[in-house]
Amino acid sequence: MTEQNNAGQSRPDSATDGRNHPGLTTDQLKQAYYDMLLIRRFEEKAGQLYGMGLIGGFCHLYIGQEAVVVGLQMAQKDGDKVITSYRDHGQMLAAGMDPRGVMAELTGRATGLSHGKGGSMHMFSREKNFYGGHGIVGAQVALGIGLAFANKYRGTDEVSITYFGEGASNQGQVYESFNLAALHKLPCVFVIENNRYGMGTSVERASASKALWKNGEPWGIPGKQVDGMDVEAVNAAAKEAIAHCREGKGPYLLEMSTYRYRGHSMSDPAKYRQRSEVDEIRQKHDPIDHVRNLLKAAGVEDTDFKEMETKVKEIVADATEFAKTSPEPDPSELFTDVLVGE
Amino acid sequence: MAIDILMPALSPTMTEGKLAKWNKKEGDTVSSGEVIAEIETDKATMEVEAVDEGVLGKILIPEGTEGVAVNTPIAILVEEGEAVPEGPSAGSGEARPAAEEAPKAAAPTAVASPVATTTSEPEKDWGETSEITVREALRDAMAAEMRRDEDVFLLGEEVAQYQGAYKVSQGLLDEFGEKRVIDMPITEHGFTGMATGAAMTGLKPIVEFMTMNFSLQAIDHIINSAAKTHYMSGGQISCPMVFRGPNGAAARVGAQHSQCFASWYAHVPGLKVVAPWSAADAKGLLRAAIRDPNPVIVLENEILYGQKFPCPVDEDFILPIGKAKIERPGKDVTIVAFSISVGTAMAAAELLAEKGIDAEVINLRTIRPLDTATIVESVKKTSRLVTVEEGWPFAGIGAEIAMQVIEHAFDWLDAPPVRVAGLDVPMPFAANLEKLALPQPDWVVDAVSKIV
Repeated sequence: MTEQNNAGQSRPDSATDGRNHPGLTTDQLKQAYYDMLLIRRFEEKAGQLYGMGLIGGFCHLYIGQEAVVVGLQMAQKDGDKVITSYRDHGQMLAAGMDPRGVMAELTGRATGLSHGKGGSMHMFSREKNFYGGHGIVGAQVALGIGLAFANKYRGTDEVSITYFGEGASNQGQVYESFNLAALHKLPCVFVIENNRYGMGTSVERASASKALWKNGEPWGIPGKQVDGMDVEAVNAAAKEAIAHCREGKGPYLLEMSTYRYRGHSMSDPAKYRQRSEVDEIRQKHDPIDHVRNLLKAAGVEDTDFKEMETKVKEIVADATEFAKTSPEPDPSELFTDVLVGE
Repeated sequence: MAIDILMPALSPTMTEGKLAKWNKKEGDTVSSGEVIAEIETDKATMEVEAVDEGVLGKILIPEGTEGVAVNTPIAILVEEGEAVPEGPSAGSGEARPAAEEAPKAAAPTAVASPVATTTSEPEKDWGETSEITVREALRDAMAAEMRRDEDVFLLGEEVAQYQGAYKVSQGLLDEFGEKRVIDMPITEHGFTGMATGAAMTGLKPIVEFMTMNFSLQAIDHIINSAAKTHYMSGGQISCPMVFRGPNGAAARVGAQHSQCFASWYAHVPGLKVVAPWSAADAKGLLRAAIRDPNPVIVLENEILYGQKFPCPVDEDFILPIGKAKIERPGKDVTIVAFSISVGTAMAAAELLAEKGIDAEVINLRTIRPLDTATIVESVKKTSRLVTVEEGWPFAGIGAEIAMQVIEHAFDWLDAPPVRVAGLDVPMPFAANLEKLALPQPDWVVDAVSKIV
């Protein structure tokens, strides 16, 4: 665990609230708490709707990993592009995409972000600079350096945040992408969300490399391992990585140590890990509880939490209702959007 | 208000399962997100998390119960201090089914096989021509489009400093610089993905494969990333890009470097596929491909690169994608071909003319979307169809053309359609065997002789 970002080490104290806590102010922490809670509750609801038969097919929930995307998002600026795998609901909500549209896509309705033709794994928003949602493991890494290539080609200082799991990190195209990104100094932050299991195979059983953050070393890509359950650690590392890319120094690799509470998709035998492992992380390392404790210590009142929780609950309930009552796509949608302009 | 907690499904096919364990007992407070029970099927286990908060008022299905049907109420959640109902509350809780609840749209009508309904229009006369090679035509097309649109750039192996492995990109680095003519390492999977990602933002990459054989390394991005994204995004994201390179057999390069991808790529909705024969085809179609807002595969041919054809000199010269060209009008038989096989078909038509058979030769130019109208119109005139391609016969382009004709002009046929194709073997190396594996003009003559 070298280079682990320990909260409190080198980051400046918050200037606004006097707490001896680096990185985020109380207001920013409240925002992080809210954003993470929205993802958590949204995903729980999605799981429930799946159980009721309202969502079909694949449904990969982000529960447990919320601090990663929220910490990254808070370090980004408008115009930075994001791309990820099929475990994408968290990225979409963090990017500010409409929860109604996301949930309605999960239920396959006309009002979904992809008009019901993409589903859980395939949603996009040009407006929010979210480029999917990709169902082929590792494909988004090569596509992600393409987003970075476009930024560089156009001469902007925008960066590409390219998420992939530790499972995808073994894909050949990831290393082709490392080479290309380093060769052309592309502004790409590679974010490995190491949730320890590629479907049911633990990282130890899949990767000969035990320090994924070092996997870019042969190409000179700086890397850092980060506690992905600590939103402040994520945010601090993200700021550093994004600054590196914006300055034209080429790509940066972040390995986020995180954990997925739920199964890979919905149908998961849960035989590949001990229940106690899940319980321990939930109880001792939950990223949302962590922020809640920080906020409590900073004097945030129960009523403030209640207010945020109520608001989240309302948004999720509204999205759910919308997703349940929206019409299915018209059959005429079958043939739309196959080709542009036809 | 009391809320029924229902038996969840782990998959769309699950109908019942075992309620393995209750983690909460009656009277316990439950917060949302908390695990309240575990369920099992023969292949998976799942934790049931509370969505709403409240008090577990009553457990309706005890733990250990097998065969609990999906959506059966398993417990009742009440608010703090609320009385517990005796049984499941009718109408409360989440009601099942999507389909019943959603307003139903009209049932889809049967889908006819795609066929263009337009009849052929005479091709525009572009005036003066000059003799240029296919290689020059392709280069000129890229140069013209790169001058016209700053978003167009070329990347691939050896496209810049080496001036193209087959010299197709000769001079482009000098004119456009290394920002827009970019040498790639030998990593088709990576750089094709990169180009596709750039296209998703609106840039217009031309990806050169040294030969189309190497596109197999990148086929996932061509199909899953480029061809499908417009559809999967509900029309938000498109991939305006070109994948081009020499396709099919060259000469004496063996099985791995000699194969036709027309059938592979033409199979995919979301892609367009063009296959030029002449220099005019090459220039006009490549310009159209670069301007097209969709991913377009341009299947070139190494043997044709050095061949000269008359090509319009008009600076605006361009050809429409989706339109075939009648290269040689005739009345006795329709011969449909594309790419280098058009030359084979034209040579065969000369031999047939000596025998008094007047063959009409159609140069497809575009494989997808197929110009079915032009083919059907021709067959209605000749009543006979022969297809020619260098690719393998099984599930090849000839098979598709024959089927289209059967669907749309069956009553006009006086004989079964005949396919002329490359032999159904990997390409052999020996000169004599290679020649035996590829369609020759006399194969076409023989095929026509069988049905005329």
